Amino acid sequence: MAKVLMTGNAAIGEAAIRAGCRCYFGYPITPQNELTEYMATNLSRKKGCSFIQAESEVAAINMVYGASLVGARAMTSSSSPGISLKQEGISYLAACELPAIIVNMSRGGPGLGSIVAAQSDYFQATRGGGHGDYRTIVLGPSSVQELADLTYKAFDLSDKYKIPVIILGDGVLGQMMEPVEFKYEAPAELPIRADALRGARGRPSKYIKTFTSNPAELEELNWSLFRRYELIKKDETDYEAFLTEDAELVVVAFGIAARIAKGAIRTVRASGQKVGLLRPITLWPFPSEAVKELAKTVKYYLVFEMNMGQMIEDVQLALEGKGEVSFYGRPGGVVPTPNEVSRVISRLYYQKGLK
Amino acid sequence: MAMKKIYSRPKSLKKAVFHYCPGCGHSIIHRLTCEVIDEMDLQEKAIGIPPPGCAVFAYYYFDVDMAESAHGRGAAVATGVKRAFPEAIVFTYQGDGDLAAIGTAETIHAANRGENITTIFVNNAVYGMTGGQMAPTTLSGQKTTTTPYGRDKILEGHPIKMSEILALVNGAVYIERCAVNSPANIRKTKKAIRKAFQTQIDGLGFSMVEILSPCPTNWRMSPIEAWQWIDNVMSKEFPLGLIKDTTGGKDAD
Repeated sequence: MAKVLMTGNAAIGEAAIRAGCRCYFGYPITPQNELTEYMATNLSRKKGCSFIQAESEVAAINMVYGASLVGARAMTSSSSPGISLKQEGISYLAACELPAIIVNMSRGGPGLGSIVAAQSDYFQATRGGGHGDYRTIVLGPSSVQELADLTYKAFDLSDKYKIPVIILGDGVLGQMMEPVEFKYEAPAELPIRADALRGARGRPSKYIKTFTSNPAELEELNWSLFRRYELIKKDETDYEAFLTEDAELVVVAFGIAARIAKGAIRTVRASGQKVGLLRPITLWPFPSEAVKELAKTVKYYLVFEMNMGQMIEDVQLALEGKGEVSFYGRPGGVVPTPNEVSRVISRLYYQKGLK
Repeated sequence: MAMKKIYSRPKSLKKAVFHYCPGCGHSIIHRLTCEVIDEMDLQEKAIGIPPPGCAVFAYYYFDVDMAESAHGRGAAVATGVKRAFPEAIVFTYQGDGDLAAIGTAETIHAANRGENITTIFVNNAVYGMTGGQMAPTTLSGQKTTTTPYGRDKILEGHPIKMSEILALVNGAVYIERCAVNSPANIRKTKKAIRKAFQTQIDGLGFSMVEILSPCPTNWRMSPIEAWQWIDNVMSKEFPLGLIKDTTGGKDAD
């Protein structure tokens, strides 16, 4: 298929429909409305599909839960304040081992914050977010093409591991237009998950629940979830290494910040500074092994995030004190230019006496 | 001499011992719902959404597919189930705190969209499982653990009438308020549940049966006193009978 020019939000919608998403439930919030509108236009009248503009984010995620119970590929999307409201439902999805896709086109916070791009929901996304011990897979795209590619992947991962998957974008990624190619189309009829609730026809009735008065039973559920999380860490961790082979300083950044950092690194490379980029694509699981591997040859790290320092904790945990970590953060929805970031990189580079 | 069998456990009610308190209405309502499921041959199609609260273990009793809901979200979960799998007969089973406090928005909007689902709304005027706190349906003057001086309308508001509120919503097509405090009322309740499921089978929209249900434990009454209290006090605030029927006169029987 030829490339088409699309906003990131619309590209997610198109990729989701091609991935076999049959149910979309959402609630308006900027800067992700184009996605909801895309689904209203392209999914709501499609045979066997359902679109609802829900009465709240809480209702939307619970509709997703309902659709997932019966085996449909289902998705919701929102932006930071709305994602906070969805945490209850995400916890239930995780506990009940149900697939679901949650898109967060995050914006500045805390509170109502701003409607422009920010990365301040990293902790919320990668630490579970709601109550209880659980994780979700968190994907951090950095281009419109990658939004589309990771949307397909999100549905597959979600079904494979029976786990909610969060696509953590931001206001810039959602609203910018880029050429995108849709490389995948799910079969018209996807198989229904064997564990879906479809009525007790030809089999005994069954139920999906988490509540128990027996702590030992709940402990076993938690263990079983975390055994699966270990598998996901082993098999699904993904990252991009950019110009790291000879690097003396490595920038660690995700999403749109990584995109900006790449521009900055090209600039400083032109003046001979040996700087590379490590870009986590899966934010959970975080590519700790890749960081550990780098630490064998690289001493200096600059973590750049559009927040006050959240992913930096994962970098520090992975380094186990074996590298020196600096931080450059721009909170509140400020998007720095590649030039600004290149000056930060150069300053650090020379401060550390690198040649 | 051969004896005629006039009663047996419904097929869709599991052979389990109810955890409910003596005199509680849930066991009656479970049994009635299962009888209707059997008589309408819905066991293989039904998907039930029980609430957190006293009925949280409904899936140990109903022999149909069921899934836990977060508190108050039953109508939203049922919406997702029904939209994704329209062949299912979907019902929520919700208490007054669940449906009329934390889940008010989900309930009203599911009804307003005319979601083709059925809600069994158990109104016992208290939060039962958490130990008898004030519910949105607690009567004026009623003492609960969080209205120890009696519910004062100035400070604690009024008992909310969800059936009457939902009757104003166009997508709700059948709403009836019943009680399970006498054999006659129990029979009427069963008829209403049957009509509600028929409304869904006919694809007409949102249906709900509100059931005034005794909670002797939290009302600090004997089961007999609790039955009498429904007649003498509770049903004065929540009058029994048909609240709304725009199904076009289709009758379940």
